Amino acid sequence: MRETMNWLDIGQMDDMGRMDTPVHRLDARAKAMVTMVFIVTVVSFGRYEVSALMPFFLYPAVLLSLGRIPPGAILKRILVAAPFALVIGVFNPFIDRQPAIVLGPVSITGGWLSFASIMLRFALTVGAALTLVACTGMHRLCSGLEQLGCPRVFVAQLLFLYRYLFAVAEDGGTMMRGVELRLTGNRHIGLGVYGSLIGHLLLRSMDRAERVYLAMVARGFDGEIRVMQKTVFRPVDIAFVCCWTVLFIAARVWNPAAELGRLLAGRLP
Amino acid sequence: MSHHIVEVAGLSYTYQDGTEALKSVAFRIEHGAAVAIVGSNGAGKSTLLLHLNGYLHPTGGRIRIGDVMLTRETVAEARRAVGMVFQNPDDQLFMPTVAEDVAFGPLNAGLPPDEVGRRVTAALDRVGMGHVRDRPPYRLSAGEKRAVAIATVLAMFPDILVMDEPSSHLDPRSRRRLIELLKSFEHTRIIATHDLELVVEVCSRVIIMDSGRVVADGQMTELLNDESLMLAHGLERPHSLRHLHPH
Repeated sequence: MRETMNWLDIGQMDDMGRMDTPVHRLDARAKAMVTMVFIVTVVSFGRYEVSALMPFFLYPAVLLSLGRIPPGAILKRILVAAPFALVIGVFNPFIDRQPAIVLGPVSITGGWLSFASIMLRFALTVGAALTLVACTGMHRLCSGLEQLGCPRVFVAQLLFLYRYLFAVAEDGGTMMRGVELRLTGNRHIGLGVYGSLIGHLLLRSMDRAERVYLAMVARGFDGEIRVMQKTVFRPVDIAFVCCWTVLFIAARVWNPAAELGRLLAGRLP
Repeated sequence: MSHHIVEVAGLSYTYQDGTEALKSVAFRIEHGAAVAIVGSNGAGKSTLLLHLNGYLHPTGGRIRIGDVMLTRETVAEARRAVGMVFQNPDDQLFMPTVAEDVAFGPLNAGLPPDEVGRRVTAALDRVGMGHVRDRPPYRLSAGEKRAVAIATVLAMFPDILVMDEPSSHLDPRSRRRLIELLKSFEHTRIIATHDLELVVEVCSRVIIMDSGRVVADGQMTELLNDESLMLAHGLERPHSLRHLHPH
């Protein structure tokens, strides 16, 4: 459990969100819109599509490098979520055994292709969402979503979910330390102990959540999140949205990787 | 100005599990007074404090904050008047930066941004925390967190400050700073604490609670010097009152 906490290390995400780079200075709404277009485009590809997805790695790569976010920080978080996508895609190679591509002696079945496609799409969409959070900060992102017209209840839920994540991670960490300090010699904790730990963690988190809420209510919280400065949509934000949207649509309509392949193949004698 | 008066009469509260936490509690606290509420664990101190800003609704009795009788309808008004500093500052600080956390209350009160900005700066300067304004609260030390938690409340310009264990988890120097800060306030202060030395320095009046009742209410030195009274309610006479001569 402690390992997972370290892997998620939400404090690091928070720090990255607070940095000041050209990407961070872009309006949260612009980044949220582009990320949504990105996700919809990536998801809209056919189930066997692999090569056409490749150009889409450009978007997170550009944001990460301009935003000075270490790619490793995003990659390890994608890995944490990877088992979910694996479970969804892992049976495809066994079910769909029709050869889809034959390269000399090697033939690749449709199942493997669709499995690869699922994993790629998973990496792209989750990576883009994580990049968005790392380049914007959860708080700015939430107020951006609200300004975009996202229902207030939804935005508040998202923000609290994020806020309580810190509280739960902290409580979980403290409890695990307590357990480890009393584990002498025997490194195995029984399943029953885990059950009781998780139950306790739930109860503690609920108490904690109530106290945090109480503190918010005491300072006049009424369900609306207010920020000190409302952001302005500058020309650079409009340009950001337009350029990426055009690029995504172009990459959806033409397959640059295949075009390149055809071009190279055409030149071959 | 009767804004800063807190009057509690016949206050009773029973938790859903049947625990009688408060039994007909009554007192009146005047403008500008610094009053300590002391008592052993489970005496009902925290439950009492939660009534003062209308988080809990009494099962019996009434509470008056200034001229306003505290009811479900007047809760918002009472919360403006009563600033509450919680026992654990981690529960109170939840925004991404210190400045945003201090701004949370004033923004909710619907103040214009420049006024909010002024209040944030003033409140942070008041507690000596201007230098941490752009840091995330969870990275601060316990003493800094406590000071910022107090600033979040000061920024709302409360008439009455209610504090639950303000000196817990503080090192001696942070505790000393807190005591000086508390002494410098002109607000009506209601402080629930086990730190009796802090009471000796800050408060002029003491209310002793035991098992949900007020068992003594009076002048600080008089009550805290009463050894048998203190022992009977799980407390002890503060060391500094035993030896008024230098060591």
